[in-house]
Amino acid sequence: MSVMAWTYLFVGLSFGLYIAIAWMARVGDTHGFYVAGRNVPAIANGMATAGNWMSAASFISMAGLISMMGYAGGVYLMGWTGGYVLLALLLAPYLRKFGKYTVPDFIGDRYDSDTARVVAVVCAIFVSFVYVAGQMRGVGVVFSRFLEVDVNTGVFIGMGIVFFYSVLGGMQGITWTQVAQYWVLITAYLIPAIAISIKLTGHNIPQIGMGSELIGDVAGKGMYLLERLDQINADLGFNRYTEAFTSAGWGKLNVVCTTLALMVGTAGLPHVIVRFYTVRTVRAARSSAFWALFFIAVLYVTAPPVASFARYYMIDSLQGRQAQQLPSWFHNWEQTGLVRWFDNGDGRLRYSAGPDNEVFRRGKLGAAEMDRLASEHERWLAGTGGRDIRPVLRDAGLSGPDRDIIVLATPEMAELSGWIIALVAAGGLAAALSTAAGLLLVISSSVSHDLYYRIINPAASERQRLAVGRVMIGVAVVVAGIFGIYPPGFVAEVVAFAFGLAAASFFPAIVLGIFSRRIGTVPAVSGMVAGLVFTTAYIVGNRFFGMPAWCFGISAQGIGTIGMALNFAVALTLTPLFPAPSAAVQEMIRSIREPERVGA
Amino acid sequence: MGEHHVRNVGVGGSNPLCSTTHELRRWYWRTNLLVMSVLLTLWAVVSFGASILLADGLNEVSLGGFPLGFWFAQQGSMLIFVILILVYAVVLNRLDDAYQARLGAAPEDKGQ
Repeated sequence: MSVMAWTYLFVGLSFGLYIAIAWMARVGDTHGFYVAGRNVPAIANGMATAGNWMSAASFISMAGLISMMGYAGGVYLMGWTGGYVLLALLLAPYLRKFGKYTVPDFIGDRYDSDTARVVAVVCAIFVSFVYVAGQMRGVGVVFSRFLEVDVNTGVFIGMGIVFFYSVLGGMQGITWTQVAQYWVLITAYLIPAIAISIKLTGHNIPQIGMGSELIGDVAGKGMYLLERLDQINADLGFNRYTEAFTSAGWGKLNVVCTTLALMVGTAGLPHVIVRFYTVRTVRAARSSAFWALFFIAVLYVTAPPVASFARYYMIDSLQGRQAQQLPSWFHNWEQTGLVRWFDNGDGRLRYSAGPDNEVFRRGKLGAAEMDRLASEHERWLAGTGGRDIRPVLRDAGLSGPDRDIIVLATPEMAELSGWIIALVAAGGLAAALSTAAGLLLVISSSVSHDLYYRIINPAASERQRLAVGRVMIGVAVVVAGIFGIYPPGFVAEVVAFAFGLAAASFFPAIVLGIFSRRIGTVPAVSGMVAGLVFTTAYIVGNRFFGMPAWCFGISAQGIGTIGMALNFAVALTLTPLFPAPSAAVQEMIRSIREPERVGA
Repeated sequence: MGEHHVRNVGVGGSNPLCSTTHELRRWYWRTNLLVMSVLLTLWAVVSFGASILLADGLNEVSLGGFPLGFWFAQQGSMLIFVILILVYAVVLNRLDDAYQARLGAAPEDKGQ
């Protein structure tokens, strides 16, 4: 069977599975729709949280990002896992004890204010839309890479699937499909990682292989893999792979701020927090946080070995080779534009950080544009006019292969059979769909529960509320699909925004709400607004209006840390000047801190 | 954060049972804050200490084929995060049990 046939088979089977699960998990009330009837076992919620969390970006791009960044890639690894420690210790058990449906529910009730509720709703919707746009696009991209269909057709198919199971099953349908999606994506991630580890180091545990010596008939045989990688990087003019604080823009302060902003942002993301509303008890919320990070870490500790193996192997199998010596995976991925070779005329491939680099990617250029440039380069090489297009591509920032190739080409680098490559396609789709569904539910519940039921029509019947929830999730799927088909150019730019806003708004408001009995409405809302305004202005100014990173050189990705500090500072400074919360709120704080009754 | 809590001591009034459960609640919350602070300190030491602020120094030390600072940033920190949450879940779930057991014993306290 061809790779294509295997891919159709695996993608078809996995989609069939998701639909079957959705049908079995369909719901008939808002309790099931918003919080899966609070009936999800801790370990299953852990898997669902992991599937929910790991997006197309985690699955396809993260290892590539690390392999380009070396040490500094740890920012993403620690940022996106360390947040779960904050979530588990500071938020999850208390929010579960609080026991309503959404994040704005908590903010609105604790601060006894519809203003606070609306600020929270706006943040939740904004953060979720920023995030979901990338996911729908991711579904389209995976379809186009593996099945050679149009990106937009891929987005439509993805929309159809998500629409079906989220409208029908709400949180309940989403939870159980996420559990299945976790297994699809983790299997697809681990098999190539283990295979390439065995091939390069002889160890079947990639995390050990990464710290071991190279085997086989290769240059640098008997050296430690990382030592060899440091050496290769240095020879080619890149920063040494394991050395800290060498790459531009990643000084100590910026590494600290970005890591903290990603951690706090992760803990404050509404689609992550709401998963802890779905378990039976506070105890289950605690265990479930452990299982969640456990299942997430399985992928996250495997990404760095994949990054280092694939980078070593990629360079080793390309550098200095002539056209007929290049491996077949290079030719396969050359067609997609993820990697292109433009020779300087000596007939040997050279990859480096300098002006003699010959390896590029298509990036945002159209396929036709790239072909035109390539034919100019051909003519230049043949000495019949044309021009050397390498400086053009270098100035366009397209030096080096696309980072996605690290995960996408690993199965071929490890010489695995076609069905494994197909499994990776199904894994990428599972990662994108599971995250998209979780985000869409947050958007739907923010509008239908927080705005419609809590503010606009508190007299709404159960039936009306469920209908509004279903309609809203349908609307959200369509809007997300439109973003996927017409990706606003700023999506990649504003992902930092999602984390920055979550860090600067939700996290301090929730933590203070739980751990301080004294803080009242005005200080909390002022803190949220101060954090939001500062973070928004800094990111928008820095990314879109060329404002320099004046705040100690902290990048847009790390500024959420300062936004969060500002939120805390404003809220705590104003607290003594304003009245303490009402007796009813005091009672609520007492109740969320108290252990639940046995059998409750 | 604990100070807000201390300020509210005595709300229980003159009912001895109420004051006992109130003290019990206070003990529970303080123990919780203590466990939390210890674990969050470890969290900060591992991530911001070993993996970032001390990374260049630790990179001089090798753990097999890994420079140690690099290992913490890309492997060790994440493994330790998982363990921290596990410890928290186990300790707090036991603390809940201890609270329930003492709560069951509280009425007898009143009689003495």
